[in-house]
Parts: sequence; structure tokens; C-alpha cells
Amino acid sequence: MSRPDTDHDLDALDRRLLDGYQRSLPLCARPYARVAERLGLDEAEVIARLERLQALGVIGRVGPVFDHARAGASLLAAVAVPPAERDAWAERVNRAPGVNHNYARDHHYNLWFVMTAPDEGCLAARLDALEAELGRPLLRLPMQEGYHIDLAFPIPWFELEAS
Amino acid sequence: MTHAALSPDPLPGDAEARRRLRALLEEGLPLSPRPWQALGERCGLSEDEAMACVRRWQAEGLIKRLGLVVRHRRLGIRANAMVVWDVPDARVAEVGRRLAREIAVTLCYRRPRRPPDWPYNLFCMIHGTRRERVLAQLDEIVARLGLADLDHRVLFSERAYRQCGGRYAPEAAS
Repeated sequence: MSRPDTDHDLDALDRRLLDGYQRSLPLCARPYARVAERLGLDEAEVIARLERLQALGVIGRVGPVFDHARAGASLLAAVAVPPAERDAWAERVNRAPGVNHNYARDHHYNLWFVMTAPDEGCLAARLDALEAELGRPLLRLPMQEGYHIDLAFPIPWFELEAS
Repeated sequence: MTHAALSPDPLPGDAEARRRLRALLEEGLPLSPRPWQALGERCGLSEDEAMACVRRWQAEGLIKRLGLVVRHRRLGIRANAMVVWDVPDARVAEVGRRLAREIAVTLCYRRPRRPPDWPYNLFCMIHGTRRERVLAQLDEIVARLGLADLDHRVLFSERAYRQCGGRYAPEAAS
């Protein structure tokens, strides 16, 4: 089965869920019932829609987003690996504990990932272990100052429709 | 209801219960009618205690938002540009704040240079449906903010090998 074309099968209620509840799901005993009330649905339908969005991969999860500067330690790192073997190297990076984002990018440093850990000491140990495992130097780029650190962002529906 | 920030009460439950709650929350809130009750049961906390922990963590800024975590690539927003800039240190905060105000810019951080092969000290992300569109937005921002004198590079993502929430909760002792 081919991957569903998620761009086009999200209806107006899905969009209202995605636009309205990235930041502020009500913190109450029955949050989905509260959302349902606001959208004129019933609780079971909100839950079913969220399950579907999750199954489609449009949402990764419902839940809190922790501030990584406070929740523990994290660091953006990059490594230059042979382009022809990039997938295999990326798998090796993914196997390391704490890696939560890992992207290939078009640069000499072609794998970019975020390493996380409960604290700075553990983070450094995880990075050192991965560096030794890969046998290649990691570019370590800790955040020094954040000017804009909220990942919720307006979805450009018009642009998605035009593409 | 008393706001947690105004309450001097200690966090409910013991430290181990809260650690387990945090670890479970990193996996996401259950999609069931009483998600806090379900989570609480797995940690030895009541529904109210689980919510009280989260309310406190929100007030303290440990949790910055509660809601749907959108995966932009699956939505069709697949052009993900990391734009890196070499900005004189004296200007980096000012340029960072101006870039962060742009609607197209979703993240903006200062990071250390790593000479000789990494001269860039300011990072921002621009997401869009197509590369040309993202590049046009960047050109427009560069022109409007007068940033043409700053060396910068655009690193598009070519593939996402992993995209998921952080795992920060300490592992269980033992």
C-alpha cells in the first residue's frame, strides 16, 4: 500500500485540531471531551480523529513538550560520513542512546542529530561514546542563546494546497 | 482552583512516581477519555496528583506546551532549511532577535563557532513545502532586514532518519 497523501485528506475539523491544539490542550480530567465541546463534536470522535492523525504520522504524539534546557541536557551535533554509506552510518547514530532527531543535510557535515540526556555529565559521556564508536569527530554545537524556541508553528494550509 | 505557581505545596507523590510520570509523558498522553487517570495508575498517582504535577511543571517552565506534536514532513512541509550565519559577536543577539520575529523562522539559536571548518554562530530554521519557496522567503528576509553582508549557508534536510520527542527523564536507578 502506498503512503496516504496526508496533504489532501485532512478535513476542516482535522485542521482546527491541528491549528488550535498544538499549544494548549486543556489540562483537565477529560481533555478530549473539553476539546469536543469547543468543536461541536463528541469525545469519541475527537479521540478517533487524534488516533487517525497519529496513525497517518501527522502528529507524533499528544503531550507535553519539555523545555530541553530545563528538562535535561541536549546538544546539536554533526558528523561527516561517506555519502554513499550515509544510511548505514545514520543507523549507527540512531542506535546510540538519547538521539532524538537525526537528519541528513547537504553539507560536508552530512548527518545532523540532537543528543539528549538527563544531565550534562551523561550527555558528554554519550557523545564521547558515540564519537569513539564512529571513529569520527563530532561537531558539538550547544545552544548558547535561544531567540525563538517554540516549535508550535502555523501550518501554511494555502501553501500545501498550492503545491 | 488554585494556580500551582501560587501554591507552596510540595509536588504530589514521591520522587520515583514523578520520575515515572515524566518518562511516560515523553511517550505522549494516552488517547483515552481519562488520560491522566490512566497515566497516574501506572505511576502510583491519582488523577488529580498527575495533573497537579503537570500544572506545576508548566508553571516552572519545564513543560513549555501541552498539545499535538505535529510532524511537518508527513503533512507535506518537507523543505526544512537550516540557515547558518557568521555574524560578528557584537551583532548576533540583535540579528537573532530580528530573525526570530519572522513568521517563516521557526527556531533561532546562537551556537559556538568551531574554527576552522565551522565559522557559523547563528542558526535558524525555515520550513516550507518546497525548496524554491523557502529560498525565496530567505532572500526576501535577507533583503528586508539588510543581512546581505553576512556570510550564510543553507543546509536543506535530505532525509529524516529520526524525528521524535526528547528522552530526558532519568533512567530508573538500579
